Amino acid sequence: MSDSATNTIAGLHSAYAAGTTTARAEVERRLALIDQLNPSLNAFLTVTSELALAQADASDARRAAGEPTRPLDGIPIALKDNMVVTGVRTTCGSRILSNYLPPYTATVVERLVEAGAVVLGKTNCDEFAMGSSNENSAYGPVRNPLDTSRVPGGSSGGSAAAVSAGMAVAALGSDTGGSIRQPASLCGIVGMKPTYGRVSRYGLVAFGSSLDQIGPFATTVADAARMLSVIAGRDPMDSTSSEAPVPDYENGLDNALAGVRVGVPSEFFGDGLDAGTRELVESAIQRLRDDGAEIVDVSLPHMRYSTATYYIVATAEASSNLARFDGVRYGFRAEEADELRAMYNRTRAQGFGAEVKRRIMLGTYVLSSGYYDAYYDKALRVRTLIERDFSTAFQRCDVIATPASPTVAFPLGAKTADPLQMYLSDIYTITANLAGVPGISVPCGTSEGLPVGLQLLAPHFGEVQMLRAARAVERATPA
Amino acid sequence: MAITREQVVKTAALAHLELPDDEIETFTGQLSAIIDYMGQLNELDTSQVPPMSHSTLGEHVERTWRPDTVTPSLGSAVATANAPEGFRGFFKVPSVITRASGDSDAS
Repeated sequence: MSDSATNTIAGLHSAYAAGTTTARAEVERRLALIDQLNPSLNAFLTVTSELALAQADASDARRAAGEPTRPLDGIPIALKDNMVVTGVRTTCGSRILSNYLPPYTATVVERLVEAGAVVLGKTNCDEFAMGSSNENSAYGPVRNPLDTSRVPGGSSGGSAAAVSAGMAVAALGSDTGGSIRQPASLCGIVGMKPTYGRVSRYGLVAFGSSLDQIGPFATTVADAARMLSVIAGRDPMDSTSSEAPVPDYENGLDNALAGVRVGVPSEFFGDGLDAGTRELVESAIQRLRDDGAEIVDVSLPHMRYSTATYYIVATAEASSNLARFDGVRYGFRAEEADELRAMYNRTRAQGFGAEVKRRIMLGTYVLSSGYYDAYYDKALRVRTLIERDFSTAFQRCDVIATPASPTVAFPLGAKTADPLQMYLSDIYTITANLAGVPGISVPCGTSEGLPVGLQLLAPHFGEVQMLRAARAVERATPA
Repeated sequence: MAITREQVVKTAALAHLELPDDEIETFTGQLSAIIDYMGQLNELDTSQVPPMSHSTLGEHVERTWRPDTVTPSLGSAVATANAPEGFRGFFKVPSVITRASGDSDAS
């Protein structure tokens, strides 16, 4: 499915420059592919054909007029359906937003469009980004393009599947506990969560505001770096966005890793890690050593507490953020209630799915009088310990290498009956969200015919070194 | 059980969720298992550790401030366009206060 000549930004830009294809032709081809594959994969919830063709024509016209090529000129991309675009239905995978037409556009989308990108549509996801398998969407599960009996991972499963299947060259997802990196790993592509504050969250429907971050999916590290260069940077509309200068993330991407210290934390290689995944991740780390990296043992001793910490912090924030969905200002309203409170209660009961209700209940409980100190305050303190673990580890190394997911893509339905088991799918990714550090999953081989991702983590704003290490993994991984 | 049925009912009321009996049963079991699991945090002595609500990047502190200036906004027609029920640029909701029976308008 992936053909580097037309499935990478550089490949498409050479082809456009040589005149062997046009943005319109590439977009038409992908719209046809979406028509063909979407009935089985269910990756797209909304296809914006008219918008995409207009943007493609504009890109072709710019080239014909001799304008300089923009960073994403004529590149077909997809957006997770929790980012708003004016007038384009945004559902968050939820019934409660089934008819929501946003009156504004997310900053990341404005930046992509300004950079010349072509928006193909909005991708399916777990409802309000809550899930690890994309089975929590009100619009049905997404299927893994590499094996349609298996999940693509979640919560950004539609974006991952769209890129993996060649329907889009790149896509945006959001990552609150691994929702970009884990589906990237399960679908055999690159997926990156930038540092908290690196990318504006304005126009991203909030789940866990201290954890959420938007990031790219692509088939190559270079394309992910290009996407990040476009979307990163300060935005006055998001007070948590950083003023730190945005470097050119593609610069020096192919540098050798001589002198780079790669930390390997034993806590990420214990019980629960599939043998096949372990073998591939360990041999990828060995290849980094061959590339000149120094491999050092590091420890993140509080990692075993991260799942408990995360599901307190994330659900507390979710219960607060999702209070705005009440049937008053937008979205679905239950019809039969004739009194305000009953209207709220029924709207939310009928509008939210089981996992979202479960997390709202958990979050409400851990924040409620009598339990706040025992759960929420306790978790915030353990969060400090987890961040300190990273600070200590990064004194001894420049990047940390771990598996992205304990297993390869699992069959649909395998974990839906036991929420706690599903939560443990995020065990290797959630620590980065708690600490605010960046992470990336890059393919490092296949086990039982299914892809395995190596995760690299870096200090705050350490994306440059992280991307170079990811590129080294990519270079050394047999195709 | 880490959480009782009564606590689930109370939490649902706080969360503005009308839950049927079968969902209350399911949630009581599932939430108990998850809250039990969360109890492992009590293995750690955190009395000397400060809480962290956000990633503590030093530079975050100053930029939470900006001048308080008026900028253009959506306007009521656009802002209320998605409302399930609207009335002349306002949001319309079911009655907030229900009269006790026997009350009547003093006209």
